[in-house]
Formats: sequence, C-alpha cells, structure tokens
Amino acid sequence: MSFEKFIFYIFSLVLIFAATMVITRRNPVHAVLFLVLAFFNAAGLWMLLEAEFLALVLVLVYVGAVMVLFLFVVMMLDVDVAEMRAGFMKNLPVGLLIGAAMIIELLMVVGPKYFGLDKFAAPVKHAADFSNTEALGMLLYTDYLYPFEIAAVILLVAIIAAISLTLRRRPDRKYIDISKQLAAKKADRLRVVKMESEK
Amino acid sequence: MIALSDYLIVGAILFSLSVVGIFINRKSVIVLLMCIELMLLAVNINFVAFSAYLNDMTGQVFVFFILTVAAAEAAIGLAILVVLFRNRRTINVQDLDLLKG
Repeated sequence: MSFEKFIFYIFSLVLIFAATMVITRRNPVHAVLFLVLAFFNAAGLWMLLEAEFLALVLVLVYVGAVMVLFLFVVMMLDVDVAEMRAGFMKNLPVGLLIGAAMIIELLMVVGPKYFGLDKFAAPVKHAADFSNTEALGMLLYTDYLYPFEIAAVILLVAIIAAISLTLRRRPDRKYIDISKQLAAKKADRLRVVKMESEK
Repeated sequence: MIALSDYLIVGAILFSLSVVGIFINRKSVIVLLMCIELMLLAVNINFVAFSAYLNDMTGQVFVFFILTVAAAEAAIGLAILVVLFRNRRTINVQDLDLLKG
C-alpha cells in the first residue's frame, strides 16, 4: 500500500466516523464539533485530489464561518435534548434499512466495475509550480463571470435576509429618531400663553 | 493508486449516512440542517473527484458555487431557526404545525 493510499484511507475513515458521530450524538454541540472534524477530513481528501484552493476555502469559510455560526446558534438556543431524542430508537430501524438500501444501490452504480482504474486512469500529477488557484481564477473570471456575479448577489441577499429576519424592534426603548428630531419646529414644542400677571 | 471509485464510494457512504441522520433525528431542526450540510459535502467530494480524474476544472467551479449557495442557505436557515425559537420556545419539528401540514 502506497503512502498516498494510506493517507486516503485515514482521511476517509475519520470522515465517515465523524459523520456517524454527527448523526448519533445526543448533544448538538458535540454534533457540530464532529461536523467540523468531518469538514477538515474532506479538505484533506480534496488536497489529495489537488484541489488546494477549494480545500482551503472549505476550512476557512466553512469551518471558520458557517460552523461557528452553527455553534453559536446551538449554544444560544436552550434546546431540550431529552425531548429531541424521544423518537430516536423508534426511527432507528427504518433509518438503517433505508440507509443500507441506499448504500447498496449506490455501490452497485459507483463501484470499481464502472469507475475503476481501468476505466478512469489516475490523473497525471501537476508540476510543483502549477497553481490551482490561478487556474480556477482564470476560469471563474472569464467563462463563469456572470454566474460568479450572481453568486455575489445571492450572498448579499442572504446577508440582508438573515439580518432582517432576526432584527427585533423594541417599542419600549428610548431611541430618538434623528430625522423626526430635526424636523421639529418651535411651534410643536412651545406654546406661549398670554395671561394676566398674578397680584 | 487511488481509483475514482474509491472517492465515489466515500461520497456515497457519506450521503447515505446523512439520509439515515435525517430519518433518526426527525425532531430537531438543527440536526436536520447539519445533515443537509453533510449531504452537500458528499456531493462536493464527487464533484472534486470527477474534476480531477476527467482533468476538467469546471467541476471545481461548480463546487465553488455550491459552497456559496450552501453558506447562504445555512445563514438564512439559522436565522429562521432563531426567529422560530424566539416565537415558539421550541425547535421540535412536530410542534411547528401552524400550517396544519
């Protein structure tokens, strides 16, 4: 067994172990942390496939931002763990049955019979000075410029949607509307009363 | 040498595991969201593997877009979850029956 294959098996086994833990852990915080482990191992697999840029993006953006957001929300919500797990044992047989059926079906399709080394030869390794980021960037900023900009707009929509969904307006706080304050006239606030002076 | 089928089998196992996860964690929205993230990861592994073995960078461009959309989806999904919890004090799927579905 070559060293590369050894690395591949290590990453794959830890990835599958972490995925199993994600779906079986009782505590959602542990599940998120195992999901982080799964993403790190997937990034390792992508490194083996010479997709360095995407592997680093997966670690930086996914583990660094999305998973931290997950962790933040899990810790912020006061979830009743016991209630969440009520149907776990009841649903387990059905879940395992469907999972086993799916794995068997998928293995019949993607197994070595159709996608083995004799059908798809191993890719030639790029030279050490080949830049995956540069190649991806060349493609992204020429052929896929329009989809790239649509992706940017999708992210903008997501930002605005997430903020406007969670924004809470509190009517009882002592907040001053500046434009209303500037628009106030003297007549709105002050009333001059003419009256006789007291003796 | 590592064959393309090895990567595809890892992706298939990961995808099936997340389907099982959706079945056995039907109550908690947050675990369901995590299972969807795992599914997307399995699909991305397939994309990157095919991109490498067919020597075509387009697969990696697709993964880039999937990551973008998945990040947006996670952000909006978690925002909805926070609003839901603020209003109902629960994230149990069975209690979210306002639409009588």
